[in-house]
This record gives sequence, structure tokens and C-alpha cells, in this order.
Amino acid sequence: MAKVEEAVRAALEDEDVGTLRHYYYQMLLLRRFEERTSEMYVKAKIGGYCHLNLGEEATIVGLMAALTPDDYIFTNYREHGYIIARGVEPGPVMAELFGKETGVSGGRGGSMHLFDRARGFMGGYAIVGGQVPLAVGAAYALKYQEKPGVVVAQMGDATTNIGAFYESLNLAKLWRLPILFFIVNNGYGMGTSVENGSSEPDLYKKGGSFRIHGERVDGTDILAVRDTVRRLRQKAEQEGEPAILDITSFRFRGHSVIDADRYRDADAVRRSREAFDPVRNFATILLDHGFADDSFLKETAELVDHEVQEAIDFANGSPEPKFEDLYTYMYATPVPNIPGPEDAIREVKINRGEV
Amino acid sequence: MPVITYRQALNDTLGEELSRDPNVLLMGEEIGLFQGSYRITDGLLEEFGPRRVVDTPIAEEGFVGLAIGSAMLGLRPVVEIMTINFILVAIDQVVNHASKIHYMFGGQVRVPMVIRTPSGGTGQLAATHSQSFENWFAYCPGLKVVAPATPYDAKGLLRAAIRDDDPVIFVESLALYDTKGEVPEDDDYVVPIGMAEVKRQGSDVTVISYSRMTAVAMQVAQRMEQEGISVEVVDLRSLRPLDRPTIIESVKKTNRAVVIAEDWYSYGITAEIAATIQEQAFDYLDAPVQRVAGLEVPLPYAKDLSAASKPSANSLAYAIYKVLGKK
Repeated sequence: MAKVEEAVRAALEDEDVGTLRHYYYQMLLLRRFEERTSEMYVKAKIGGYCHLNLGEEATIVGLMAALTPDDYIFTNYREHGYIIARGVEPGPVMAELFGKETGVSGGRGGSMHLFDRARGFMGGYAIVGGQVPLAVGAAYALKYQEKPGVVVAQMGDATTNIGAFYESLNLAKLWRLPILFFIVNNGYGMGTSVENGSSEPDLYKKGGSFRIHGERVDGTDILAVRDTVRRLRQKAEQEGEPAILDITSFRFRGHSVIDADRYRDADAVRRSREAFDPVRNFATILLDHGFADDSFLKETAELVDHEVQEAIDFANGSPEPKFEDLYTYMYATPVPNIPGPEDAIREVKINRGEV
Repeated sequence: MPVITYRQALNDTLGEELSRDPNVLLMGEEIGLFQGSYRITDGLLEEFGPRRVVDTPIAEEGFVGLAIGSAMLGLRPVVEIMTINFILVAIDQVVNHASKIHYMFGGQVRVPMVIRTPSGGTGQLAATHSQSFENWFAYCPGLKVVAPATPYDAKGLLRAAIRDDDPVIFVESLALYDTKGEVPEDDDYVVPIGMAEVKRQGSDVTVISYSRMTAVAMQVAQRMEQEGISVEVVDLRSLRPLDRPTIIESVKKTNRAVVIAEDWYSYGITAEIAATIQEQAFDYLDAPVQRVAGLEVPLPYAKDLSAASKPSANSLAYAIYKVLGKK
């Protein structure tokens, strides 16, 4: 224990108190956002599938702390926290979950399809593995256009079993693209454990056949995540050397809000939640090392409570997309014989029994 | 006006678009060093270099997805899929991603890309290399699907497709690559996506077709003229968006319609066109709409059996006689 303490103390020596406090604030914001999201889902304010980042706060904030404005992020469908940690206000994110016009995707995407072009948040994707070739393509474009930056392809552990992942690894290394394959390894793909799904459960080794370097990182340790991403990011950007990050963490709840989590032992889940809670563990570190006191923690909690409540109020008060805009984003280049607002109004009225 | 092949029209257009826009690049299997399985990209690697003409590994899902992602950041990739059969391994990227990204993310990002691929069967290529899947893509809102029948349209539509900010599936045909037609020089024309064309005026019956079947329809129409039957040929050119007004206008004039396509009969393109006609021109029809399409088998290899399984000039003529009450 003393050794761990010493390591933590050494790691914290160069840290700036404001930065550490900001990390804590961001992690707590994600925690509260997801708790309230769960509540809004139960109240039927949110429809469809809804996957929470509870337990992954250090992984997310650590990643974002290491990225620059030049970078791009493609994620899977468990991405609320990523877009917020990337700097998008919680209001438009919650509004998207509510299906409102003011949402980050105009209410067309929902929980699994968040997007913010200005911040390089290139989308949440809900077909497992689908985002990985896309991310490789974005990295290809950076290289082609000789622009700075890297691309992060975030995915879950089970995504490493799909073919698109391997084709992507091959292309990324073959063409030396600036990309990080960021695997959030929470031990389960829905209800299937890593061991039951992967013949190689050490996911960081899966780039071996492609000569891609991989590392496993404790995803509950925000500074470890940040520093590893920083180091590998630099190699990716400067040397065109892609890497795999196998970020271990603990998923606090079931796969989605409606998953009863029957495949995991309830006591073990409870114990792991206690042991691997990245937000509480980070609070303890801040307190123990004098970076924060109880009043900071209390004020931060009040602040995020307020911000998330504001996000909910914003979402509640926002309008839904208009029926006449059903076809608005169908095509970027208009051509003859595509449907327009008049078609939308006529057809929607029939479907709604208004004719 | 110079007469060139369909292949040459494509090759010229790719070269011109590479010259015009530095963000245009070609990607695909064997398109560079090999010069293209069907030589559509002949000479382009030498002229433009490996940065613009990219040989990919055999990994359609990977490089189609890569092309989509690169388009999201402003490149304008033109991907060659060696034949449409191989696109099936990339279909998640096309259907779940390319077609949805602009809409699903509220219009924040565009996917300006083209997938070129020959469809249909010729020369005993057998079951897995002779299929027509353009209807799979034409089914998907968010995609644009074009299928030119002539060198002129091939050039004009390829230009339009490359300059369009949406994903366009550009359907070619092995049997058309060597066909010839007039194509103007030094003329930056485009053929608009979403518009059919009456390729031949007629008064007795309308034949609706696209790609290679338009060539077949033109031959049959010419032959029928000698028999005193006046055939109008509507070439769809675009499968999505579908130019329904042009189809309906023609059928209202001739009062009879035959639809021909190379894909399988059930759930195919011909079904969509026939349904459109009965919905919008029912009162103008003097006979039931006739459909000519592929026989529903995995295409056999044996030469005569293979040819007999595909729609032909004979089957089109039979359908025309039938719709005219002559069979």
C-alpha cells in the first residue's frame, strides 16, 4: 500500500491543482449526467436504446485531456460522456436524447448518434465495429491533406471480434495512419464476457499480426489513461504509428438502461462498484494529497447538479423537429425527384390520421 | 462528334476529375499497377501517381468504410468495386453508414463519394459473379443510384456523381464497356442525377429500362419499327431518385408499358416501375404492364442455360407483342 501511495504521490508531483480539480469536475459531471439520463429514460423522456458511461468517467476524461483540437473522435453508441468531455454543452446533448430540434444531431440521431462537427466529434455509431473503418478513413484524410492531428476510434471490447476491426488494423498500419484504437474493455459485450468471446482475451495483443503496438491501461486511473494516450498520440501523429489501447474498467450497470444485468453476480457487481469507482477514488486522491477539500467536493457536486438540471430544463423546453423537415437532411446536394417539405406534410398527415 | 467506347468515356472522366479537383482520388483493388480488372483506370496511376490512384488490399468493408470516413473530412473518393457481387461484404458500410451519416447527424457532415461497380452477368461468370444488386441500394434513402446506358450518359453522370456531395452508387455493366457512342469533346456537360430520358420516341408502347437493357430495348425498338410497331424507350438513368414523372408521361401517351431489367423478377426494379405505373397511370392503360427480368436461379455456368436465364431481345419482343395483344 505504501508503494502505491508513493507512486501516486510521484505521479501527482507535476500536476497542476486547477487541472486536477477540472478533471474531477468533468468526471462528476458525466456521472451526474448519466444518473439523470437513466432517470429521464425511466420517465419516458428518452426513447430507443440508451447506454450509460457510468464507471467509465476516468477513461473518458483521461482520453479527452490528452487530445488536441486538431483531433477527431469516432465512438460507439455508449458515448454521452465522450461528447460532453470533448466540450459540448450538456444541454444540446440531453436535448438530443429527448429527440429535440436543438439536440446535437437535430433530434435525428438520438442517444446512439451524437455528433459535433466543430469539435471533431464525428459521431456515435450503433452497428458494432462500423465506426472503426470510418475512423481509419478520417486518419487517411488527415494524412492525405497533410494536416496535424490524430483520430481516435473508440470501441468496446467485443468489437475486437468483428472483421471490420481487423481490416481496419491492416489498413491503418499498411498506410501508416495517425489513429489510436481505443478499446473500452469493461469485461462484457452485452452479456458475453471477454473470455467467452475472444480467443485472445488480452485485447492489447490483438494488433500483433499487424505489427501494431498495444498497451493495457487501468481505465479507472485518469492520469494513466491521459498519459498513455498522450504518448501514443504523439507517435501516431509524428510517426504514423497506430496503436491499440486496451482500457480496462468496470461497467456499473447492465449493457443498457433496460438491461437487468442477470448474467453478472449481483454481490460481485456491488463490490466492484465500490472498489473501481473512478470518481470516488479520484476524490479520495485529491483529498489525501491536499488538492481539494470537502468544501470543493461539495461545491462541485452542487455545480454539476445545477448544470445537469439546466440541461434537462433546456431539453424539456426545446421544440421537436418539424414534420415539414422530415426530408430536410436527406441529401446534401439537391437533385430532381427527391421529396420535399410539401411531400412530408402530405404524407405525415396521412400517417397521423389527420386527413 | 467523336465516337468513343463506354470504357473510354469513364476513363476520360476519371482523369479529368482527378485533374480538376485535388481532393478527388481513386481507390480499389487492382486499379493501379494492374490498370483495372476491366481497364477502366488504364493509365491513371502513371499519370496521377499512387497518392491519387490507390491500390487497396482485398478488404472491401475496410476500404469502403475508409473512403466514407475520408469523405467526411473532405476528400472525394471514387471507389471501384471489381463487381457488384463483392460489395456485399461492404454492405454495412454502404447501407448503415454512407446512406445515413448526413441525415442521422442532422446535416452536419457530408459524404461526397462514388462507388463504381459493374452489375449483371455476361460470359458464363456463373452464380456468384453475375448478379444485379442495384435494387438493394436503390431501396435505401440517402443513397443516389445511377446506371448509365451510353458513353454520353456514362460521362455526364460520372461527372455529376463525383461533384455531388452525397454517396452515389454508379452502376456499370461489363457488356457495355465496349459499346460506342458519341461524346462531345471539350464540353464540361453533366447529366443530372434523378432524371430519366426518352431515348427514343414512339407511340404504341413504352419500354422502361436502364443500363444494358436500354441497349437491348433500343435494338428491339429499331427492329419493331420495320414491323410497324412504334416503341418509345424511357431510359431511367437514375434508380434513386427515380424520375416517375417521365415514366408516367410516356405511359399516358402510349397507353402500354413493358419494363425490363436484368435483376431477378421478384422484388426487383421492374416491380417498382410497374407499381408506379398502376398507381399513377391506371386509367391510361390499355393492357396490363408486362415485366421482363432475370429468371430466379443462381445463374448456371453452362453456356446456353446461362444465356437462357437472362432477359433478352427475344423476351422483350415477346412482352411487347403481349402488351399489344399479339401473343
